[in-house]
This record gives sequence, C-alpha cells and structure tokens, in this order.
Amino acid sequence: MSDIEITAPATAPARATGLYRVPEAVTAWALASPLVLVLGFFLVLPVITIVVVSFWGSTEWSFYPAFLWDNYQFLLTSPVTLSVYLNTLMYTVLTWVFTLAIGFTVAYFLAFHVRTQTWQIALFLLCTIPFWTSNIIRMISWIPFLGRNGIANSVLLDLGIVSEPVEWLLFSDFAVVLAFVHLYTLFMVVPIFNTMMRIDKSLIEAARDAGATGGQILWNVIIPLTKPGIMIGSIFVVTLVMGDFITVRFMSGGQSASVGRMISNEIALLQYPAAAADAVILLLTVLIMISAMLRFVDIRKEL
Amino acid sequence: MEPRPRSFYVLGAIFALFVLFLYGPTITIAILSFQGPQGGLTFPMNGVSLHWFADLFEQQAVGDIWGSFGRSLVLGLMVMVVTVVVSVMGGLAFRKKFRGSGVLFLLIVTSLIIPSILVSLGVGLIFNIAGLNVHWSTSGFGAQLTWTLPFGLLIMFAVFNRFDASFEEAARDQGATPWQTIRHVVLPIIAPSLIGVALFGFTLSYDEFARTLLTAGSYNTLPLEIFGMTTNVTSPVLYALGTLTTLFSLAIIGVFLGGAFIAQRRRARRASDAGKGMV
Repeated sequence: MSDIEITAPATAPARATGLYRVPEAVTAWALASPLVLVLGFFLVLPVITIVVVSFWGSTEWSFYPAFLWDNYQFLLTSPVTLSVYLNTLMYTVLTWVFTLAIGFTVAYFLAFHVRTQTWQIALFLLCTIPFWTSNIIRMISWIPFLGRNGIANSVLLDLGIVSEPVEWLLFSDFAVVLAFVHLYTLFMVVPIFNTMMRIDKSLIEAARDAGATGGQILWNVIIPLTKPGIMIGSIFVVTLVMGDFITVRFMSGGQSASVGRMISNEIALLQYPAAAADAVILLLTVLIMISAMLRFVDIRKEL
Repeated sequence: MEPRPRSFYVLGAIFALFVLFLYGPTITIAILSFQGPQGGLTFPMNGVSLHWFADLFEQQAVGDIWGSFGRSLVLGLMVMVVTVVVSVMGGLAFRKKFRGSGVLFLLIVTSLIIPSILVSLGVGLIFNIAGLNVHWSTSGFGAQLTWTLPFGLLIMFAVFNRFDASFEEAARDQGATPWQTIRHVVLPIIAPSLIGVALFGFTLSYDEFARTLLTAGSYNTLPLEIFGMTTNVTSPVLYALGTLTTLFSLAIIGVFLGGAFIAQRRRARRASDAGKGMV
C-alpha cells in the first residue's frame, strides 16, 4: 500500500511500429468526447442559462427575455438576503467544525491505532455503509429520537435533568446541524483517512526518536501531512451545506432559512429569474470559498 | 505486541460512539416499523406486527411507491452503465496529453462541487425555454450524470495513477493492437475498480434528490416520492418504507462487493497464464 507511485505512469512512449498511428490528441479527444458532451449540455449550458435568465424579467405567471438589473437590485438590497446568508454561513461553519473534529478523530483512530489492514478495511466499510442509504430516510430516522415524546426527551425526563420535554430538539437549528453532521461526516472521514494511510510511518518513528511528545507529533507531523485530505473533505462539506435546501427545510420544520431554500421557494413560486439571480450569487459565493481553499492543496496530486 | 496506549481506548470509545451515532437512528426506525396497527411514530411499541409493511403493498394506500421504485431502478441502471463507460473512456483520455485537459479537469471538479439545486434549476430552465418536457429519463438522467461522472472519473484517475504501464508495454511488444491491449490487459486489471464505479453510479442515482427535483417531470423517482410522503404521511408506514429501501441498498452493496470479490479471485486464479496465449 505504501509504495504507490503517485506520479502518473504517463503517456505511453510513442511507438515506431504499427500502421495505425493516429495522433495521440485525436484519440484522447475521441475518448473524452462523451464526457465533454454530457458536461457541456448538463453543466456548462445550464450555468450559462441561469446567468442569462437572471437578467430576464418576470410577471406573476411567466418570464420573458430582457436585460434588467431588477433581480439583482432586489436581491442585493433586501435585508432578508443578508440574514439568510448569515444563517447559511452559520450552518456551514458549525457543520464544518463538527464534521472536521469527528472525521479527523475517526480517521486518526483507523489509520494509526487499528493495527491490521483487515480490521482497518472492515471498520472503514462499517463507516461507509450508511452513506449508501437514502438521505431523506436518514433524516426521518431522527424523528423518534428528537421528537417531543422521543427517546432523547424520555431519557432526559427519566434522569431528572429536565422536568418538561425539551422542545428545541426537533425542528430547530440544532436539528439541522445535527442532521448535517450525520449526513456529511463521512465526506471528511474518507479523504482524511486516505491521506493518513499514505503517511510514511517511519516519519512518526523518527519524530518519536527525536523526543517529540504525542501532541507534538500530532501537531507538527500528522496534521501538516493530512492537510490535503482535510481540505478535500472541507470542500465537500462546505459546498454540500451551502447549497442544501432539503435538510434545512425538513429538520427545521420549515422554520429556518438558507440560501438553497430561498432558491427552491422562488422556484416553487415560478419566479425563475429571481431564483436564477439568487443562484448566480450563491455560485459566486461558493466558488470564492472553494478557490480560497484550493490554494492549500493541489487536488490532482492527491488522487 | 506492545501494550495499547491509553489514547487507544479513548479513541476507540469515540469511534464506537460515532458508529452508534451513524446507525442508531436507522436501527430505531427499523424497530419502530414493526409497530402494531395502533402504533405511532415514537416509542413505546404498541404491539408487534407486519401491518405497516403490508400497508406498503396495498395499492394506492400511499402514493405510487412501486411505480417510482421501478423508475428509480431503471434510471439507476442507465446511469450506472453510462457512468462506467464514460468514466473509463475519460480515464483513458486523461492518460494522454491533450490540449484542453486542464480545462476539462476543472470542469469535472466544478461538476462535483456545484450546488445540486443549480444543476436542477439550469437543466429545468433549458428544457422549459426549448419547449421540451422534463422527464426522468432525459433531463433527470442528464442532471444525475453531472453528479455520478465526477465520482467515477476521480476513481478512474486514482486507478490509472497506480496502473503499472509495463503490462501494456509487454502486450505491445507481443504485437497487440491498442484495442487488444485495452480489451485483454487493461480492462481485466481494472475490473474490480469498475465495480466500485458502477456501485457509485447506481446508488448515487438511486438516492439522488436535489438534482432530480426539477428535472424528473410528472413521474416521481423514489426519493421524490419519499419526500412527498414525509409531508403528508404521519404513520409508521414511512418507517416501513425506510427499512425496506435501506435493506435494498444493503443488498445492492452486497451484490457489488460479491462481484468485486469474485473478480479479484478470478484475476488471482488467472494470474499465471503464461504460455496459454491470448484468448
């Protein structure tokens, strides 16, 4: 596992023999063309359309081509926008902190404390299984836990910690962040575990021989070497939370707002140009955040 | 073996709690789905029965579950096949140098991190403006590919980064054509990883909600149907559905892992076919 070649085995040396010497670039493009077509039609074109439509005008029941700044003007001057963004940012930061703390600890345990590879893989698979089942089902499954008559409340009541059922467990910001952590911690565990497994164990031994304490090894050796994994996981979590509308709607009982929800509400009201303008601002926000994070890591090198 | 440090037990306990946190709620609803006919959404259990599962199989009791399940299944398989084929082709393409590969790579990463609702909205708008009807097998299918393809490609990149090119050189030295090299050397070696790509493709599609929301048209996929149920069904039938879909997902993982295992075994068995010649 540790002697993996990171550098690409590279392009095959050009052959002198053979009659079929199609230029390499032609073959490459032919191979990449289905990918280009799919991404072109279902990613690039939609984004362009959103940008274009964000300048269009709308009536209550339809929208029409135009070039107006109205959508943006409304969006950027409305006090609601700022508060919704702040709320979304709060979810993002809280979720990021918790998923990072839990994800790092779990990955650290698997990579450095579990001794045999079989156990490492088995425990790792154990963590990934819930990822394959429906997100909505996993959200629903919090109801019997957090509800007014749920398990959490009955335990708290039985222990005498509270005298009244706690109301804010379900359908609250707490529930939203809890669900995010539940859904997305795996996106931290996988890349962090992946990078940790590639750390040369002799570096840690060297640090120990040089007299470093456990804390010093963690801080000065392991964390710096794990940074790429942390960054990739963070990018996942941040983008997933920033764009989410379903978890916020479901777990807050419709009481909290997020940017994604704002967009999906406008869509439901058929206010497509307004939704598109919202979407453009969200996209810019996410891209700025991601490009800041990408300064710390070269993704292509990490594969 | 040297004794475990104390930190091992602390971290082990945290790990156990994490696993409990991951599985606890799902197991709870699995138990609650066996509520008696009078049972509600929370404990205590009001009798034990298969009532709510039976409810699921009754026609029209709760929406069009089986129809949506069938659509999700077909869509998942379509997405799976296309994801595997396009990812392998893309992975092979990226092993060569070609102009625009940097831009294309950036596009793949963008596809992965772009908020799902934007893809949903954008694809919906295109179909709307072009006067086409959105349908799960066209617009929904394409929108899901923007999510499954990047995953498939990233796996392929990782696979090819670790691929020993000397196998191919050996094949070429034996006079194999490029296609023969791929068919008889490259594909068999990467087969286990392809099962991983297929698993990602299928399950990501099968569970996809946000990208399908505005692109599925008038026929729901299963996640959309379940979401609809959460707003108007308040009986354990929801849990019964959750339990069944979770079991189904587990069965799918089992099938794929079993396939990967068999592929690995076959490869190990065939490892020394020296002198047997090419098929």
